[in-house]
Amino acid sequence: MNTLTPVEKNREVAKAEPCYAAPDVDVFETKDEYVLEADMPGVNKAGLEILLEGNELTLTGRRQPASGEGTFLHHETARHDFRRTFVLDPVIDAARISAQIEQGELRVRLPKAEMVKSRRVAVTD
Amino acid sequence: MNMKLIRYTRPDLWSVSPFEQMNTLRDEINRLFEMPFGELSRPGEFFTGWAPALDLREDKDHLVATVELPGLKKEDIEVSVHEGVLSVSGERSQEKKSESGETYRSERFYGRFHRTLSLSKPVKVEAIKAAYKDGILTITMPKTEEAKPKQIAVNVG
Repeated sequence: MNTLTPVEKNREVAKAEPCYAAPDVDVFETKDEYVLEADMPGVNKAGLEILLEGNELTLTGRRQPASGEGTFLHHETARHDFRRTFVLDPVIDAARISAQIEQGELRVRLPKAEMVKSRRVAVTD
Repeated sequence: MNMKLIRYTRPDLWSVSPFEQMNTLRDEINRLFEMPFGELSRPGEFFTGWAPALDLREDKDHLVATVELPGLKKEDIEVSVHEGVLSVSGERSQEKKSESGETYRSERFYGRFHRTLSLSKPVKVEAIKAAYKDGILTITMPKTEEAKPKQIAVNVG
């Protein structure tokens, strides 16, 4: 009987799993949209991946490889890539979601669907 | 897919030695006893502020410091070197954007920050360069000639 093998295999997989850090996020709502802002230092447009699956929005930011070499005299940064998933409100119009990243600050605009916006109805005679 | 998701910890809080933290805390407590009561409502240095993560590397000719500063403007960052101490400060201002709506999450830091780091080697102050890209500030400081490693020839005699 060789019951140990699968356990060992799982361990190998666990080692290879990528480790992510959850970015700090602000989320606020305006009349027409939700805005999500995330801090992802070291990430630019090329390293950013935004995936919408059903009502789940996953933001992944891969840091640019560190420039320069040399030995660390002082080291505080974790240098993990960023990942975080959000469940979207059903009122969001998924087709019109847009995003931009500037100096490591990601801004995702999540517009509300036209049908849920309040609208004044004119009364006719 | 099963991925590990860890919270982004602010590394600066635990990379400071516990003794140093204790000293800061002791100073803070001493300050509490010494100041007038009216000042108590004002938060002290230990509990406030934003300390962006900072790295310092050394290669043959340079000391290179990198600071994680997402979403700032170039104009809002100040870098100085004085008597062998590198100082990076600035401010991240919170724009008035949520006035018409509701805020659901507010995890990011705003306000002033100030980091200092003493440099172990003398650097050419006039040749220091700072660049801000993708939310990371990189400060390249060339070492002075005296600080560079030197090869010394061995004579047989």
